[in-house]
Amino acid sequence: MSATILSWSLLVALILLGLAMVVAAFRMMRGPRAQDRIVAFDAFYVNAMLLLLVFGMRTGSTLYFEAALVIALLGFVATLALAKFLMRGEIIE
Amino acid sequence: MNHATDLPLWAALVVSFFVLLGAGLTLIGAIGLVRLKTFYDRIHAPSLGATWGTGGILLGSILLFSVLQSRLVVHEVLIAVFVTVTTPVTLMLLGRAALYRDRSENTADLPPPLRTEGETKSGDAI
Repeated sequence: MSATILSWSLLVALILLGLAMVVAAFRMMRGPRAQDRIVAFDAFYVNAMLLLLVFGMRTGSTLYFEAALVIALLGFVATLALAKFLMRGEIIE
Repeated sequence: MNHATDLPLWAALVVSFFVLLGAGLTLIGAIGLVRLKTFYDRIHAPSLGATWGTGGILLGSILLFSVLQSRLVVHEVLIAVFVTVTTPVTLMLLGRAALYRDRSENTADLPPPLRTEGETKSGDAI
C-alpha cells in the first residue's frame, strides 16, 4: 500500500520535473537575449538536480545523491562564469 | 520499489506530500520563466524552484531514507545549504550584468532608476 503510494507520487514528481526541464529548455532556446538564456540554464540545472534526487528516492540508492551534488557545484560555477562574462567580456581579470 | 515495502503509511504520505509540493512549485517557477514579459520579471521565477522546490524534495528524501534505514540520514542538507547560499549570488550578479548591458544600450524595458532621499540626479550607480 505505502509502496504503491510512494511509487505513484514519485512518478508524478518525475513527470512534473521533466515538464519543468522542457519549459526551461524552451526559454533557453528562444530567449531574446543572452541573460535570458543564462537564467533558463540556471533553472535547467536546478531541475536536473531535483530530477536526479527523485530518481534516487525511487530506486532507493544514494549514488544519485552524489551526482546531484556534483551538478549543483558545477552548475553554480558555470552560471557565475557566464554572468561575469556578460558583465565584463572576460572571466578572470 | 522493492525497497519501500516495509515503509509505514504515514511516512509514505508525508514523503509524497513534500515531493509533490517541491516538484509542483518547481514547475510553476519554470512556467513563470516562459510567461513573464521582461527579463527583470523572469529572473524572479526560477528562485521558486531553488527555495521550496529544492527544500520540499530534500525534506522528502531525508524523511524517506531516515525511515528506511532506521537512522538519521542528513547528507541532503549539503545540497540544501549549497543551493541556498549560491542562488542569490548567481542571480544578483546576473541581474547586475543585465542592467549594465541594458543601460549601455538604452533598451526599452529598462527598469526606472532608484530614487534615494535628497538626491536629484540618480541612476548612476549600478
